Amino acid sequence: MSVLLDGRFRFDNYVVGASNRLAVAAGRAVAESPGTTYNPLFIYSASGLGKTHLIGAIGFAAKQLLPELVVEYVPLDDFVDQLHLAVSSGQTDAFKQRYQRIDLLLIDDVQFLTGRRETQSEMLRIFNAIQSSGRQIVMASDRPPAEIADVDERLVTRLAGGLIVDIGPPEYETRVAILRNKCAEREMTFATGVLEELARMPCRSIRELQGALNRLVAHEALGDRPLTPGNVRAIVAAGRVTPAQSRVATPTATDEFAGFISDIAVAVAQHVEGWRVRLGERIAHWQAAGYRTTMLDRALTLTEEVDVDALDAAFATGVARLEQLESQAVLLDPRLAGLDVFRDPECIVDAEARVEQAIAAHDPPPAPWPAFTIETLLAGKSNQLAMRAAESVLASPGAQYNPLFVHGGPGVGKTHLVHAVGNALRRKAALSGPVACVSGSQFVDELIAALQEGTVDRWRARYRAAGALIVDDVHALAGKERSQEELFHLFNALHSAGRQVVLASDRPPSEIGELEARLRSRFDGGLVVAIQPPDRTLREALYARALMDRGADAEQGVAALLAELPVSGATEVDAVVDRMLHAARASGGTVTLSLVRRELSSGGAATPTSVPTVADKAFLDAEKIVLEWADLDGRIIEELR
Amino acid sequence: MSLVNYATREITCKIVYYGPGRSGKTSNLHYIYNQVPGDRRGSMVSLATQTDRTLFFDFLPLDLGTISGFTTRFQLYTVPGQVYYATTRKLVLQGADGVVFVADSQRRQIEENVESMQDLHENLAEQGIDARNVPLVIQYNKQDLPRELIMDVDDLDDVLNFRGVPYHAGDALRGTGVFETLRTISELVLRRLSGNAMATVGAGR
Repeated sequence: MSVLLDGRFRFDNYVVGASNRLAVAAGRAVAESPGTTYNPLFIYSASGLGKTHLIGAIGFAAKQLLPELVVEYVPLDDFVDQLHLAVSSGQTDAFKQRYQRIDLLLIDDVQFLTGRRETQSEMLRIFNAIQSSGRQIVMASDRPPAEIADVDERLVTRLAGGLIVDIGPPEYETRVAILRNKCAEREMTFATGVLEELARMPCRSIRELQGALNRLVAHEALGDRPLTPGNVRAIVAAGRVTPAQSRVATPTATDEFAGFISDIAVAVAQHVEGWRVRLGERIAHWQAAGYRTTMLDRALTLTEEVDVDALDAAFATGVARLEQLESQAVLLDPRLAGLDVFRDPECIVDAEARVEQAIAAHDPPPAPWPAFTIETLLAGKSNQLAMRAAESVLASPGAQYNPLFVHGGPGVGKTHLVHAVGNALRRKAALSGPVACVSGSQFVDELIAALQEGTVDRWRARYRAAGALIVDDVHALAGKERSQEELFHLFNALHSAGRQVVLASDRPPSEIGELEARLRSRFDGGLVVAIQPPDRTLREALYARALMDRGADAEQGVAALLAELPVSGATEVDAVVDRMLHAARASGGTVTLSLVRRELSSGGAATPTSVPTVADKAFLDAEKIVLEWADLDGRIIEELR
Repeated sequence: MSLVNYATREITCKIVYYGPGRSGKTSNLHYIYNQVPGDRRGSMVSLATQTDRTLFFDFLPLDLGTISGFTTRFQLYTVPGQVYYATTRKLVLQGADGVVFVADSQRRQIEENVESMQDLHENLAEQGIDARNVPLVIQYNKQDLPRELIMDVDDLDDVLNFRGVPYHAGDALRGTGVFETLRTISELVLRRLSGNAMATVGAGR
């Protein structure tokens, strides 16, 4: 244990007067509950007025109350020596760790920080570590923090961040009390009035007083006559120049204003409610760090006391999140550094959106396939409902049918439709971001890759910034819990921001197994529309186009003949046409009606499975049998009209 | 004037130095002005009447910096001591958070001191202010003059300090008692903070 903390310096042998009452009260408060009241406590006074005694007393008292407390007293010079030793022996980490274990750190002669940059930055780090873990720092100096020359601004604010108290020169009564105490310690007695006369003499510090007392003690011991009040002045004055004994002493001009400021600081601290002071200090701190503190400012105007620590912690969390977002944004685009949205914890949502935009701009989500456009979509009775819904979506994205859920068997043109919607949306200037167009399986694969690389945030942000989202084959998410979870949050984010979502699946939401109910209900919440297998008219158009696209030489009426047979969709039409062309090449190259008839009747096994046998034909012809009764969709047709 | 504004985190104190003509009010301000580091003081302003003939009060803004998170500013005013500036005195006194009464310790000035003290109370009463609620400190200035010319602080106190407010002996030219006085009045003013704070907030100022 340091000599200073061995109990010689205690509160009970520290004489309290008007000049040091506040400092002692603050010191006691700190000793009783370190780290909770004034942290750091900064005590300053001219030399010899009891700073060292006071911080020794704080350390001793704290140790008495809580023996397991790690208390350390270190004059700044020793701190510097230790630091140099640690640096030269390459043990700076051990040095830091040693200081970070201290519960109550008492640092004396802080004024010697002047010009020691390395020590300052080390001290700043240690201070941050100690304070952030709620442990106490007490410092003593011969001047207030602001007057310690050449000290890093950040360190000055730390030093001044708690309570700054000064100890003034003792007044008469205190001086008498101190002298009596000293005499009692030495078991000396003087004639009545001697100590009082000594106390009446002007004195700048207790050390000076002690020096004067020493001189009296020496005279008393050596002299043959006891001292009287009358010869005190002569003996003491022999050793020093006393100021003129004018009735009103002229004050020393130095630091009068500084003294005044520190007194005012104490008065403000005493009279403004404590929580307001602390909150004010936190606000000043955050503002100095460049953050907008509207949130805290509002709390300051409340009449009821608020939980400053909780509020400050919430603010700090916000700041940490903003820092994280800003560094993320700067990586993508250095121009985003220092943007206002990264300076206000109330704007975290905006800051997140900004980062998402940056990510999306930097690494856009998959776009719709450009080949699929609305113009190349053939409309017919079987898909008219879906087409009209798509038109409404394009007329006012995000407003009317959100989400638009298109379902139908394979090859009916769902993918074409949703990609076409995506392409049309892309051309809309009003859209706030790119159109993300992804298939369900691609969505799952991307998420898995992002999880592997630890870039889920980034992956997520790409989609969150989308102006519209299109997910084809959404049924691929069935049973993929994490993907569904991601889609759910993505859906909510986009939907609440009024952005269009279009989904396609081979079955309606109600029939997608292993789909979370919350997703299902969201899918159902927009417009669910089916695309039926193409009817005869559409089939004929599809065949005609398929033949034309392939530059086939076809006899008149081939398309109409082919259209007699129901197919599931455009994909199957293409397969049938390819088969006919293949057969035609073997017999001269022209697709004739007879060739078609022959192919259809002979190649039953080779035709797509859904081309029915003759016996089934009557039952499967959509025009002859009511396959699906008008239900919800039917009602929506009414509405569309 | 609001003393504490929690919304902007500002403390603004208006302190008025009152007293008879030539008692040393301006000397107090000059002394303070000279002690304050350049970056903390505004320029000391003396305002003139409309006809630009007569200086009629002094104004010294002091920026005390950020104290406990509050930007703290003191505004020190003096009133013209001469009797005929009654209107100006009332004007300057308006909204004062604290008053320093600078008395002239010279024996022959005792009547002027008493008159000025009465004037202070009348002006406060006229503004509907209960003088007992206004922080007040008395400075017995010119105590450096030869004993035969001046009255003892105790005697002066018997005559002037009927309310028993804090007082200081002073020598404003050399600075004795100047900061002690400012310190005392500041503490008295700030002591009223907690009581007034709610009212300030409540008034939405």
